[in-house]
Amino acid sequence: MGKLMVYLKGYKKETVLAPLFKMLEASFELLIPLVMVQIIDRGIAGADRGFIFRMGLLMITLGMIGLVCSITAQYFAAKAAVGFSAQLKHSLFAHIQSLSFSEMDVIGTSTLITRMTSDVNQVQSGVNLILRLFLRSPFIVVGAMVMAFTIDTKAAAVFTVTIPLLCVVVFGIMLISMPLYKKVQAGLDKILKITRENLTGARVVRAFHKEEAEIHGFEEGNRDLTKMQMFVGRISALMNPVTYIIINGAVIVLIHTGAWQVDQGYITQGEVVALVNYMSQILVELIKLANLIITVTKAFACANRIQDIFETEPGVRPAPAGQSAKKAGKREKGEAEEDKEVAVSFEQVGLTYKNAGAESLTDISFRAYKGQTIGIIGGTGSGKSSIVHLIPRFYDATRGTVKVDGVDVKEYPLEELRAKIGMVMQKAVLFKGTVRDNLLWGKEDATEEEMWKALEISQAKEFVETKEGGLEAEVAQGGKNLSGGQKQRLTIARALIRKPEILILDDSASALDFATDARLRKAIREMEEKITVFIVSQRASSIQYADSIIVMDDGEVAGIGTHEELLENCGVYKEIYDSQFKKEGRAG
Amino acid sequence: MSGRNSQKDIFFKVMGYIKRYWIYLGVSILMAALTVALTLYLPILTGDAIDLIIDKGLVDFPGIMVILEKMAAAIGVTAAAQWLMNVCNNKMTYGIVRDIRNEAFRKIEKLPLKYIDSHPYGEVVSRVIADVDQFADGLLMGFTQLFTGVVTILGTLAIMLTVNIGITAVVVCITPVSFLVANFIAKKTFHMFHRQSETRAEQTAFIDEMIGGQRVVQAFGYEENAMERFDEINGRLQECSLKAIFFSSITNPATRFVNSLVYTGVGITGAFFAIRGGISVGMLSCLLTYANQYTKPFNEISGVITELQNALACAGRIFELMEEEPQVPDAENALELRDVRGNVSLEKVSFSYVPDKKLIQGFNLCVEPGQRVAIVGPTGCGKTTVINLLMRFYDVDQGCIRVEGTDIRDVTRESLRTAYGMVLQETWLKTGTIRENIVMGRPDATEEEIVAAAKAAHAHSFIKRLPEGYDTMIAEDGGNLSQGQKQLLCITRVMLCQPDMLILDEATSSIDTRTELKIQNAFAKLMEGRTSFIVAHRLSTIQEADIILVMKDGNIMEQGNHESLLEKGGFYAQLYQSQFAV
Repeated sequence: MGKLMVYLKGYKKETVLAPLFKMLEASFELLIPLVMVQIIDRGIAGADRGFIFRMGLLMITLGMIGLVCSITAQYFAAKAAVGFSAQLKHSLFAHIQSLSFSEMDVIGTSTLITRMTSDVNQVQSGVNLILRLFLRSPFIVVGAMVMAFTIDTKAAAVFTVTIPLLCVVVFGIMLISMPLYKKVQAGLDKILKITRENLTGARVVRAFHKEEAEIHGFEEGNRDLTKMQMFVGRISALMNPVTYIIINGAVIVLIHTGAWQVDQGYITQGEVVALVNYMSQILVELIKLANLIITVTKAFACANRIQDIFETEPGVRPAPAGQSAKKAGKREKGEAEEDKEVAVSFEQVGLTYKNAGAESLTDISFRAYKGQTIGIIGGTGSGKSSIVHLIPRFYDATRGTVKVDGVDVKEYPLEELRAKIGMVMQKAVLFKGTVRDNLLWGKEDATEEEMWKALEISQAKEFVETKEGGLEAEVAQGGKNLSGGQKQRLTIARALIRKPEILILDDSASALDFATDARLRKAIREMEEKITVFIVSQRASSIQYADSIIVMDDGEVAGIGTHEELLENCGVYKEIYDSQFKKEGRAG
Repeated sequence: MSGRNSQKDIFFKVMGYIKRYWIYLGVSILMAALTVALTLYLPILTGDAIDLIIDKGLVDFPGIMVILEKMAAAIGVTAAAQWLMNVCNNKMTYGIVRDIRNEAFRKIEKLPLKYIDSHPYGEVVSRVIADVDQFADGLLMGFTQLFTGVVTILGTLAIMLTVNIGITAVVVCITPVSFLVANFIAKKTFHMFHRQSETRAEQTAFIDEMIGGQRVVQAFGYEENAMERFDEINGRLQECSLKAIFFSSITNPATRFVNSLVYTGVGITGAFFAIRGGISVGMLSCLLTYANQYTKPFNEISGVITELQNALACAGRIFELMEEEPQVPDAENALELRDVRGNVSLEKVSFSYVPDKKLIQGFNLCVEPGQRVAIVGPTGCGKTTVINLLMRFYDVDQGCIRVEGTDIRDVTRESLRTAYGMVLQETWLKTGTIRENIVMGRPDATEEEIVAAAKAAHAHSFIKRLPEGYDTMIAEDGGNLSQGQKQLLCITRVMLCQPDMLILDEATSSIDTRTELKIQNAFAKLMEGRTSFIVAHRLSTIQEADIILVMKDGNIMEQGNHESLLEKGGFYAQLYQSQFAV
């Protein structure tokens, strides 16, 4: 938590003033019983109505000053807390955006979202409460005791026993029950998971007729949860009765010693009343403090989780400042003229993912010339996607070099590199907004004409036209209101609209039927611009007409060549092809 | 369909659940009353004691001792009653929560697929989990608070009246002010909170989108734009949060101030009465304590009432789920489907998901034992609809489906569904070990049978390489397995069952072609002599089918085998040719 406190920096004034005003308010609150003593001992005893009235006015004035102080404190606390969380969110969001795919893989999207939202909110209310109450409550507890001592040392002695005893009980019960509450939460998570599972897997559960077994599992989890809740409940149930006994027991002792002290003439009747009042003030504040500590502990846990995210370093580091790719490019100028035509080249590239034992890519070397179409085919987990992810530097190669236009990708500023590339991912991700908004992601200043052109090539024109509003048609979050094929076609249009030098289709036509897939490839080939296209696919039909096909097998290149060459001399390719076109000869 | 429940209906239904715990409720109310009564009695005793401590040498020690003993007894009983009340409330609350959850979950297992498909999972889950919690906290705790609050207010009033009418009048007049102030602030801040939660929701949605789509954000270099939009929302949120938090946090100091007014009022009027000799100093101290006790429940009541309303709303949502119409139960005299050879016929079947959007109409199909039926068509043409009907996840609107000549509505769902082995496109694994997932359909399978099935489905080799083999825990959503591995497990699951018929929904689409080839061999063996329905993209599968159903826009367009359909030159032919189009 401490490290996050830097985000309070812009609110130094508020951070200091809020607790100060709170303490001021508390001091006035502590004075009230003393005024009451005056009313009883001087006003009533002396039958001085004017004095009582003046004292009454004094009490109201004290209350009003307290009100003003308190409201001021609330304002400063709210301002500091809200400002703090806004700053924190800004930095956190920026940091998350800088994380590369490796870190995202490890941490997970849903975790990051929770950190950004509910965790930050928890920390915000934690900061707010700390500023408001963390000084006030102990101040009142200690203050009440000090005031009691100024009245009479002997009678006040009971305070020195009561307060520690109360602390032990209140915090003891809390300390015991808090870890138990965590277990309750875990139990709740468990039945939540079962419920969720039974909704997502309703078909499978019913197909295997597992309803009764699932109900049984749920009831078992539920029973454990209830048992745990009742156990914790019994412990927490002790809090009120025990504190009640302690405080009121102390009142009995107070009256008893008070009676002696009055009898001896050390204190007055009114002062006994004041002592009793101070005693009851303590309990209220201690309970508040206990609740506060619960919230603050939660906030601390959240803060630590957020801190963990901050401490995750982005794996892909941008090129050293001041080094532009052009400058870096010049150094390579001496190389062969032929190399100018090379768009992408891999030289002995190896890739090991974070936390993975073995290499996912081993010794990958190939060259893609400008304007060529490169097909990449292979089994699941053979490393097809990994190859294309290295081109825009979503991951960094752990061995060897990846070059774009003859320059190592690590020498480019990230934006410059990625601006050259149009990427269509396996999973089609669209954003809430209109079709137009989504296309603008590809090119911020795209004209209407460019948009329709891109939609036409991606075979999306037809369905966008029939949509109500055309380009202005609404796209729901994640593109939920579109079919899988429609989403894929829109993401392809989004990549095309920026007229990339390199277009990467990472298994991004999987939801398209064969006819649409074929038309799409044809349209891309016929584009005016000379772009280098990478097509990753499991379908032989999608890549068979590529200029060069890279066949991947278990992270290694099993063969590179044209369709005909590979059929001749690459066993893996032949096997794949035959499995999909077994009867082509006969039927076609 | 469930009608909207009125608050009154909900209340009575809630009472129905509480009824089972009436003993606890009774004891709890009794103890609450006792606690309140004794808590009110204590200040009187304290006052009496103080009256015996008048001045130097004027202290009645024997009298004080008697009072102190009474106090000690009262304290002891109060504490015991409080504890008993807490324990009863716990038992009641957690018991009711458990009952409702169990019932709700049972309901989920009986809901028609139609409901599950058309409601976001998160929403149903939050009804069973969060809403039930809120309901329990709000309603039951709110109820106790309200009860003790009201009793405290009434009791205090009664006692204060017997002590002194004038002072009581002061308290009664000033106290509602705090109530009004709190209410006023709550009303004024309501729209601020509303705006805050709206803006917060907007921000969450934005974060969700950007982080969820971070790969795309980075690929398109959209980081700066995203940051800009984020800061804009963040700035707005900061502004309205400050307002909402600040103005709502005025409530406490404001009511505290009103309380101090009450306290002062009691102090002054009490002192005036005391001078006249109307009351003693002890009585005054007792009244001062009451003044504090009296205002507290007043401050809390408005909060409790909103909480109660909120709780009723939650209860309403839970009941809505529980009163949802369940799937049509099995017919009373439903038969067990036995000796399935694989004869399936659809007779004049009509079906649609929504009444005004017609899908399948008057569809006929006759499948002989051992035949293979391939369902093909462009993306999103409703191929899964056929599976929904065959498995009776949905019932047909008209016509009927017969297995071995029996209408499937006349047999038990269990026997119908066990007759099929199903592998869906969306792989679903439950939390548990690999083994638990494999034996889902046959919990009594032996180790040998499991391994044999896994080998047949080509899953054995990867399972063996997992840290704990067949006993490896599968993380949530199968996170530690690849899509292909999950698929292999689902296939193993069916392989083990050796069902009479098969339903494969694009089952092998995410497994690489080489593995798929091996699996298809295994499937071919499994399919031998078994009727099977296959939703497939792959031509080889389709070409080998006995019957091909060609679907488009939810309708079955054509029916026949590969050769006859090609000859017909219709939609299928067009679809088929396109694969080889350049």
